[in-house]
Amino acid sequence: MLQSVDGSPQTLGGKQEESYLTDGTTLMSWLNTRDHKRVGVMFLVAVTSFFLLGGVFAMAIRIKLMQPGPYLFDALTYNRLFTLHGIAMIFFFMIVGIPGAFGNFMVPLMLGARDVAFPRLNLGSFYVYFGGVCLALWGMIHGGVDTGWTFYTPYSSTTATEAFWVIMGIFVIGFSSIMTGINFIVTVHTLRAPGMNWFRIPLFVWAIYGTSVIQVLATPVLGLALLVVGVENQLHFGLFDPTRGGDPLLFQHLFWFYSHPAVYIMVLPAMGVVSEVICTFSRKNAFGYKMIAMSSLGIAFVGFFAWGHHMFTTGQSSATAGIFGVISMLVGVFTAIKVFNWVGTMYKGAISFTTPFLYICGFLYFIVFGGMTGIALATVGLDVHWHDTYFVVAHFHFVMVGAVIMGFLAALHYWFPKMFGRTYHEGWGLVAGSLIILGFNATFIPQFLLGNWGMPRRYYQYPDQYQSLNVASTAGASLLAFGFVIILIYLVIALVWGEKCKPNPWGSKGFEWMTLSPPPTHNFDEIPVITTEPHNYQTHTPGGAFHV
Amino acid sequence: MSSAAAAAPSVGGATSHSHTPPGVPEGILGHHFASLEAQNHAVRMGMWLFLATEILLFAGLFTGYAVYRMEFTEAFEQASRTLDLSLGTLNTFLLITSSFTVALSIHYARSDKKWTAVAMLVATILMGFGFLGIKAIEYQHKFHIGALPGPYYSFSEVTADGAPMYFTVYFLTTGLHALHVIIGMTVLSILTVKTAMGRFSSKYYLGLELGGLYWHLVDLVWIFLFPLLYLI
Repeated sequence: MLQSVDGSPQTLGGKQEESYLTDGTTLMSWLNTRDHKRVGVMFLVAVTSFFLLGGVFAMAIRIKLMQPGPYLFDALTYNRLFTLHGIAMIFFFMIVGIPGAFGNFMVPLMLGARDVAFPRLNLGSFYVYFGGVCLALWGMIHGGVDTGWTFYTPYSSTTATEAFWVIMGIFVIGFSSIMTGINFIVTVHTLRAPGMNWFRIPLFVWAIYGTSVIQVLATPVLGLALLVVGVENQLHFGLFDPTRGGDPLLFQHLFWFYSHPAVYIMVLPAMGVVSEVICTFSRKNAFGYKMIAMSSLGIAFVGFFAWGHHMFTTGQSSATAGIFGVISMLVGVFTAIKVFNWVGTMYKGAISFTTPFLYICGFLYFIVFGGMTGIALATVGLDVHWHDTYFVVAHFHFVMVGAVIMGFLAALHYWFPKMFGRTYHEGWGLVAGSLIILGFNATFIPQFLLGNWGMPRRYYQYPDQYQSLNVASTAGASLLAFGFVIILIYLVIALVWGEKCKPNPWGSKGFEWMTLSPPPTHNFDEIPVITTEPHNYQTHTPGGAFHV
Repeated sequence: MSSAAAAAPSVGGATSHSHTPPGVPEGILGHHFASLEAQNHAVRMGMWLFLATEILLFAGLFTGYAVYRMEFTEAFEQASRTLDLSLGTLNTFLLITSSFTVALSIHYARSDKKWTAVAMLVATILMGFGFLGIKAIEYQHKFHIGALPGPYYSFSEVTADGAPMYFTVYFLTTGLHALHVIIGMTVLSILTVKTAMGRFSSKYYLGLELGGLYWHLVDLVWIFLFPLLYLI
């Protein structure tokens, strides 16, 4: 361990080798670790792998859709592929992604803690997640599942495919989500460094806190719904089966009570990343810090009462639909508060246009465009026209994929030096980022048009007049895939041969940069005392940052 | 913030993991907590959050109950009359009493009366067995008369529309609750062994407290299930 010499920054000195990465190099030292940083890295590897898997499914769908008629594979395989794409992306990647990988790594560092509150539970959450994924993959290999990721009843209890194991896998992943959520809430409450009052908590931590509240309160309801669908699938009790007096809409209510807030489980952490990256690269503290922090909680709260907008066409009374529509639009108010404050943070800042910053710009574009199409969809009359069309697909890909992936990639690039102590090739970073943003637009803007012209989602075949836009969408998807391959290549190169960087290469005053990069196993030799809000660039220090 | 201000004044040292208070088992206090009190506070908060998730888990089924009770009011009223009220009451009595004994076990552990605490835990577990045994008798009777969910229904006494749905809800709720009873008994068995080995005392009894909380939750869910299924 590094020694602290009376008051001088404890992390100075040439002992860069002494990090969490070198503290035990056997496989068991990783698999049996209690270190939140190693658990974070394990999550990062896992979620990235499953993201690539989901991407392969997506490309298969896009290639098929270049032809209006049967092509490449049959309709059942097509149904399985879009289901697997949804499940892999949502349950294996996005729900877990930023909180599991970056939340685990950064939250204790940002709070000035040595670990999360329950380190064993944290490691457990990784294995439960991995076990759940394995169960679901088992089902996918043995026949797949063709219900769509929403598992609507009664089809999901009668389908001939292996829905049962996939549903049980996702049920198990839910436990991991709850474990992570409880861990973060308790960590934020009990392990803040001395001097860190609630309004000195970094905004990323606020976002993770809001996310955790949703995870803890919403996931059990999905768990129950999936458990019952699993029972239905095996024993056909008929709880959701209309031929036995059951109500399929009851399932939809329970499902969306989780799955709508789940959208914010995915997007809130990305918003937290945006807050950190914008401050660092604008060299300003967050404009409207309290507004950004509170709007995270606002989104978490309002998000619980908006689920009915997924069910506008299920025979809701117009009063119910109207109320759900208005509540859904409130989410837009909180999101707009964030966007204005982020732009206000950039205003008159000393901006350095790095790769993470490029992704943040992409994020702002996607969240505004995707968010506004969401406001349109929350309008009941418009939704009746767009319901279950490619317009909805394009909308939620803009928000959930565009914005969330932008946040994920920004986090990956911004914290890469923090996590691994090495730098990647900035030029390639900008090239790949531009390709991805371009490819993303090329993929989904045609889908907005297709949806508006009436092409339904999840259809294997379509009329000829939709073909040109589908081909354009597939071309965009190829660009997107190409961008991800570039990132994968230069990051792997950077991991192995990358130049070793200084502890704080961005000169950031976010609290996670208080310690070395990569951090030592115990994060801090001495727990720091916090005397200011994060990203305070006003106080001049030699070198302009913590310990450069 | 200046770099010195960020790092200079220190609270707790790198060796903070060796300050376990006397009387507390070694290895209880994690290196990342400043004191045992801080850690106990964190663990309790984690447990209460977990209990909240359990309540939401059951909330889904209670919603299902409400929906189908509104839809098939007559069938639900008739079907609930066919349950054995005395067995249900006996089970309620058993669970509430067991909640009392588990609370007593914590009291005795705190008073360093190890074996009395063990006796209370054993009594709690036995009452858990009693509950499951009575539940099994009730289930067996329902299998016998065909008061079963959905397609397996062949019970002639309740003929109102939606009667099978009552038994679907009945078996799902009581089944999930019974599963929680079994989990609770497993947890309490482990805690009994630990108590007998002298792990809990007036200095440290948090594990027992958490197990007790879980058992109270199991009890509480039943207190809601009993009137909904048997009484109204």
